[in-house]
Amino acid sequence: MTQFTHLYKFAAPAAFYPLAGRLVPWFWGLTALFGGIGLWLGLAVAPTDFQQGEGYRIIFVHVGASWMSMFIYVVMAFWAAIGLAFNTRLSGMMTAALAPTGALFTFLSLWTGALWGKPMWGAWWVWDARLTSELILLFLYIGFIALTRAIDDPRRADRAGAVLALVGVVNIPIIYFSVKWWSTLHQGASVSLAKSPSMATIMLWGMLFCALAMWMYAIAVSLIRVRGIILERERHTDWVKALLLKPEKS
Amino acid sequence: MYWNSFSDFLHMGGYGLYVWGSFGMTALVMLLEPWLTLRRQRAIRRRLTRQLAAALREKAEAANAEEAA
Repeated sequence: MTQFTHLYKFAAPAAFYPLAGRLVPWFWGLTALFGGIGLWLGLAVAPTDFQQGEGYRIIFVHVGASWMSMFIYVVMAFWAAIGLAFNTRLSGMMTAALAPTGALFTFLSLWTGALWGKPMWGAWWVWDARLTSELILLFLYIGFIALTRAIDDPRRADRAGAVLALVGVVNIPIIYFSVKWWSTLHQGASVSLAKSPSMATIMLWGMLFCALAMWMYAIAVSLIRVRGIILERERHTDWVKALLLKPEKS
Repeated sequence: MYWNSFSDFLHMGGYGLYVWGSFGMTALVMLLEPWLTLRRQRAIRRRLTRQLAAALREKAEAANAEEAA
């Protein structure tokens, strides 16, 4: 119980703002560390693929971007649910801070996918289940951003955005299982919990480290963004006024 | 190390355009997004500080005017 009250303390924007600021450099450090290992494994150590030659190396950016595109949406839906259930201020700010990063990873997933599809399938784009549902994810992100920015009152914008985020989350299992449910050009999962991975160990580790780096990156950049949102929304509170009058540091 | 030469590395067995197009766009996004986000966050802080200072000045002037009157 004491642990919970301790965590709950950081749910207050006044406590979360400086905490986020202190965490950002650590997440940049982890991004550089994991990214360095991942790129080294993926570009310098991993051997060529017997089917796809060197073209398969796109996997090291494609899989991480695709995972993050889905994962960030699930985290947004989680914060949306918390916000609707408990009416906490910070949850709406978190949802808003995550959306642009999620949209960018979705774009990267589609971009790297197109550059992979062209040499392997002969087409930049096909209307198959995996690609189409990922494109819908991009529209959901853009829709969320457009909707929340169109509403002036932030609390109302949060609630409207939260409903959209929760309704849209149904798309995530559709993306994930699309390669199983429908016959598609897209290859099956490279990693699954049920069976051993269908790829060489060194490739797998490179891919995992690259994905981990993107995860740490997403946290770092979202924390920077949420700090701006917190200041903006809490500008009438005493703690923000006190902070603004202090010299720029924390 | 897997590659024989740097040009080998750039060539990517004929897939250079696709591989570097993917890594390049990813790098571009992952550099631009933090830069723009940080810049925006700082701009928000500066703007709010300016607005608060202006509001405080106005308040002080109003108080002074009242005293004088």
